[in-house]
Amino acid sequence: MNYQIVISGIGGQGVLFVTRVLAQACMDDNKRVLTSETHGMAQRGGTVISHLKVGTFASPLIRPGNADLLLALKQENYPQHRGFLKPDGKALVNCRDLDLNLNAEKSELTKPDYISMDGQKMAEADNNLRSFNLYMLGRAIRLVPVCSLEKVKARIEKIFSSKGEVVIEKALLAVETGYYYIRKEG
Amino acid sequence: MRNKNKRSLLLGNEALARGLCENGCQMATAYPGTPASEILPAVAAHKRSEGLESLHVQWAINEKVAFEIAYTASIAGLRSAVAMKQVGLNVASDPFMSGAYLGVKGGFLVISADDPGPHSSQTEQDSRLYAMSAKVPVLDPDSPEQAREMVGMGFRLSESFEIPVMVRPTTRVCHARQDLALKEISPGKVEANFEKNPGRWAATPKFRLQLHKELEAKLGEIASWAETAPLRLNPDSGSPERAIVVSGVSCAHARDIMTDLGLTDKVALYQVLQPYPLHTAFMTDILERHTEILVLEETRGVIEMQLARRDKVRGKESGHVPQTGELLPEIIETIIADFAGVNSSACMLEPVPGRRPTLCPGCPHRASFFAIKKAAPRGIYTSDIGCYTLGMNLMAVDTVLCMGAAISQAAGFAHAYSDEKRPPIVATIGDSTFFHAGIPPLIDAKVQRAPIVVVILDNRTTAMTGNQPTPATGVDILGCEVNSVDIEMLVRGCGINHCRTVDPMDTKGFIKELKEAMLLSKIEGPCVMISRSPCVLNLSRQEQADQYKKIRVTDDCDGCGYCVSHFECPALVLDSENQRVDIDVSLCTGCGVCVSVCPKGSIV
Repeated sequence: MNYQIVISGIGGQGVLFVTRVLAQACMDDNKRVLTSETHGMAQRGGTVISHLKVGTFASPLIRPGNADLLLALKQENYPQHRGFLKPDGKALVNCRDLDLNLNAEKSELTKPDYISMDGQKMAEADNNLRSFNLYMLGRAIRLVPVCSLEKVKARIEKIFSSKGEVVIEKALLAVETGYYYIRKEG
Repeated sequence: MRNKNKRSLLLGNEALARGLCENGCQMATAYPGTPASEILPAVAAHKRSEGLESLHVQWAINEKVAFEIAYTASIAGLRSAVAMKQVGLNVASDPFMSGAYLGVKGGFLVISADDPGPHSSQTEQDSRLYAMSAKVPVLDPDSPEQAREMVGMGFRLSESFEIPVMVRPTTRVCHARQDLALKEISPGKVEANFEKNPGRWAATPKFRLQLHKELEAKLGEIASWAETAPLRLNPDSGSPERAIVVSGVSCAHARDIMTDLGLTDKVALYQVLQPYPLHTAFMTDILERHTEILVLEETRGVIEMQLARRDKVRGKESGHVPQTGELLPEIIETIIADFAGVNSSACMLEPVPGRRPTLCPGCPHRASFFAIKKAAPRGIYTSDIGCYTLGMNLMAVDTVLCMGAAISQAAGFAHAYSDEKRPPIVATIGDSTFFHAGIPPLIDAKVQRAPIVVVILDNRTTAMTGNQPTPATGVDILGCEVNSVDIEMLVRGCGINHCRTVDPMDTKGFIKELKEAMLLSKIEGPCVMISRSPCVLNLSRQEQADQYKKIRVTDDCDGCGYCVSHFECPALVLDSENQRVDIDVSLCTGCGVCVSVCPKGSIV
């Protein structure tokens, strides 16, 4: 099965990192992958977007109206990149719960594709803020089954293999907590 | 048999580097520039991991020098390559044009990466037009995988005809990632052996005419070289009326779109691997077989121009394909559907403004710009290419033309204005850019006694493109110690008497020095300030901790927003509800410069 995924955020949030983890995890699953990334000046805090295509594709870019998933690491990316979604596509948006309550009237939050998640709050609860993007990734692969949790975990272990056990454990905790969407109070 | 059958996820630029190392390349040079910056570091990584003793890898001071070093290795018999972004080719155009006449010995590749969009460049120029102008064959890859293949193809072509060959990837090839099967790394084993022949390697104009004739003859043969001939991508089911000719990443887009629109057996699809010189037989053949031909290529109509039949051929030059901007797949879908007379559901993304890039929290450039505006509030600020172009957000950058132009433009303004009406003129230029193209204009300004101040923003690195070393760093691409060149000595060597090294984080001291330099420049011509503070991205944890000062905003803050609009540090956040500014501690580097920015003294 083919999947087309848009991952966006702002420079420094780890858009390229998340894309690479997912792309390599899919490869470990014997799938063909093709990505397109943003490098250069935009990485200095500007909008960063990457396209990830899994399956039989020649073009590295996703056409508007074709994406299965938009993973927005910043809420402001949702209106920018929502147009990539196909009619039954899903958007997983990192959005503070606080903002959700304040802006409940906003039209975009009522769109059927919009799935909100306070990734930052979940990461803070585990004192694991650096891995906030992996909480988002965990939930994303549950919503759109492009790759199994096991493959993503195995890939994370490989990527962080030189960083020591604590770093690996925290990264795995992040992706698992996101996957099962376990929300702790506090 | 290391790496055999192994699949690896490679960036297009890494695939090009892999191609060089799989094909016995013995010298690779470059000057960094998006989208080409990652090629050379990937070559260096192979040199380290595979112990490739016979491979020389180096950053050069600019693209012209990089070109000449790699080109010369080739005339000594080695396979060699130079990599740059498309505007870098402007800088290297002199040896490029001449080298085409003289030709090469060992295979020589000029990798010039174009940036349709443009995403990170001054222009959308098409390097293939340069190839055409220089009479050099050019290969146009559609993917990382093909980019890697075209390295080997290019070396063979180059050696068969003793001619430089251009490989022209675009951003979507350079910065695409693809899983591909690795081939074995093959270290080059050629010993350098320069065979003297002044009639060729030092040809005078009389010999040049002969070389030009030989070049033309080579091109004639290259236009029928089998390995680079165009490919028919869909089954050859006779001669449908319509044909689409594609090259580069437009080919990748078109293949998917033809399938989606169900056109695979209705319209002929050809891929051009070598846009110049276009294969002669191919031109004759498709112009005979098809009545309507659509050409999809970036960024000019190079293939289209060679298919010289206005009645049959549609493309960029005919106005059927947009002449500006990136040829995105959704645009290609609309054009193909229209050409084939079928419906498509292609839609364009609604333009929603994104977030503009900004200097990092704690960036010393921001501090320099703030002080320059304070010292010369009505000045003209010429600037240059690098992170500090973002000083535009701070209204501290008025002009950006091309590498090195900050200094010549400052001189140009100085000479254009009369003594009475001349505003203060302050040029800002990065350390790497100063080395690259800032030295000749500084000498010129000195000779002409231009009353300007040049601020060299010396953050000890080439930051914008990923923190490559500069000639002042003393470390090469492999991390080995090399000689370093001192910027201050260089400035003095250009004849500048007044050259001060200052710390941009000391706003008051900086302003005082700048005011003094402005006064002095009226008498003795250009004065230089070296604003020295390392790039925050290069600071070690310890250095970060050492410079960290806890910053807070007092209750006196009335939310005037001056610091946010004039200093634009991402760590300063204006809370519109509470009417005050707060420090985002997750971003603040504790550099403390904002303390001197607040007009009310509320940041402490």
